[in-house]
Amino acid sequence: MSINGKAYIVGAYEHPTRKAPDKSVAQLHAECARGALEDAGLTLQDVDGYFCAGDAPGLGMINMVDYLGLKVRHVDSTDTGGSAYIAHVSHAAQAIAAGKCNVALITLAGRPRSEGSSGTQARNWGANLPDQPFEAPYNAVTVNLYAMVAMRHMFQYGTTSEQLAWIKVAASHHAQHNPHAMLREVVTVDDVLNSPMISDPLHKLDCCVVSDGGGALIVARPEIAARLKRPKVKILGAGEAVKGQLGGEVDLSWSGAAISGPIAFEEARIRPSDIKYASIYDSFTITVLMQLEDLGFCKKGEGGRFVADGNLISGVGKLPFNTDGGGLCNNHPANRGGITKVIEAVRQLRGEAHPAVQVKNCDLALAQGTGGYLGSRHGSATVILERE
Amino acid sequence: MSTPYTATPLKSPQVAPDNTAFWEAAREGRLLVRHCKSCGKPHWYPRTLCPFCMGDTEWKQASGRGTIYSFSVTRRAGPTPFCIAYVTLEEGVTMMTHIVDCDLDTVRIGQQVKLTFTPTEDGPPVPTFAPAEAG
Repeated sequence: MSINGKAYIVGAYEHPTRKAPDKSVAQLHAECARGALEDAGLTLQDVDGYFCAGDAPGLGMINMVDYLGLKVRHVDSTDTGGSAYIAHVSHAAQAIAAGKCNVALITLAGRPRSEGSSGTQARNWGANLPDQPFEAPYNAVTVNLYAMVAMRHMFQYGTTSEQLAWIKVAASHHAQHNPHAMLREVVTVDDVLNSPMISDPLHKLDCCVVSDGGGALIVARPEIAARLKRPKVKILGAGEAVKGQLGGEVDLSWSGAAISGPIAFEEARIRPSDIKYASIYDSFTITVLMQLEDLGFCKKGEGGRFVADGNLISGVGKLPFNTDGGGLCNNHPANRGGITKVIEAVRQLRGEAHPAVQVKNCDLALAQGTGGYLGSRHGSATVILERE
Repeated sequence: MSTPYTATPLKSPQVAPDNTAFWEAAREGRLLVRHCKSCGKPHWYPRTLCPFCMGDTEWKQASGRGTIYSFSVTRRAGPTPFCIAYVTLEEGVTMMTHIVDCDLDTVRIGQQVKLTFTPTEDGPPVPTFAPAEAG
């Protein structure tokens, strides 16, 4: 069964806060849920499906369904890290297509900025992880697991730090128009290269922001979408993947997007060249480059040339990306960027992005995320959306 | 520019029932790799059932020679810089590790490395690698 045309994104909301020391995580989830319902023109009583992931407190949906006052008949707490919320859009469409719910709420929220959590911090590995004994001693944090991917890409394909920097430059050009963005200053390639080296070859400005906040989405069946007043955003296709170390046959040259992307394009019955706007998860600049190649926007190894010279800047290049400023400049709530990727894709399809970055005739958009660690093991989720 | 290696005890591995022999060998300076008794393939990290065919597996000692597949000198995650790496062993598997005992700015992909062990805070030593050629 295909989900193509079986469900619509009818509500989207990004919390305006980027620092919330005076709010609880559950409170942020609730504020996001209310924002998305108001955006859709629906109420709490309309929701009969709920989706959340590891950023939700406690056992996730059990605690949050009770806290939010939801009455649901379908729940899903699939957690593929930052990509989970993109997978949730797909899972919500599946549940709606199967008749398990009519209106699905997806929430994400977190306070890593207030709580002092970052990508250079020692990770909490927990107990019983089979990979812990063979990785935790080496202080595999977030940033160095992406840095090793970048280092290998440079070795294998000749990619340069200047090319990676262009990804940040493009994001900053977009962020200048977003009043909520954490970093609104336009930066140059030299600014990126002159920022402190965090983990070779990734500089500080190759890394995303650490921000508090959250977001929420409402996915509904076509009959409900039809009677709402908002522009209609149809779910055309979706794909998922999990990629790890392949039993020790480690290959850092591709990401899970190489699997999730083609599945989504096949279901949507379109090609990468049809996409007018792409939200690409940007935990680091290298994350974007890898996913662009793996989704087929350019050939493997040519990502460096593809992103250079402003090719990702709206109104300038061929593939406008992350027009909200992305995780690199705008927002990376809960250290998980998936939901903001979908939200900006919805804005673009509705024609509600900032006029300075709005893509003309934006009828087809893609949201892509990876979650976990590109250099060890990660989930990937792709969703393709159409303005109807 | 040079970034000297700073000897630092590493975080201890969680010793589990299925890897006890690995850490006993590590205390003797030997690196063990798990091989499948059905398909014959080695894999990493060690599992009792083969990730390629689910066959039973057994320990075999590795030569300790390898090649750097990728690496990153991590400069801002801890008190001193360290070099995390993936090293491809002569046996064919690629493992996460550290490159030690050298100027970390001289580390390169494709470099030949040899096994050495680095102490941990309160557990067995973990396998790390140093350049095979002096300097």
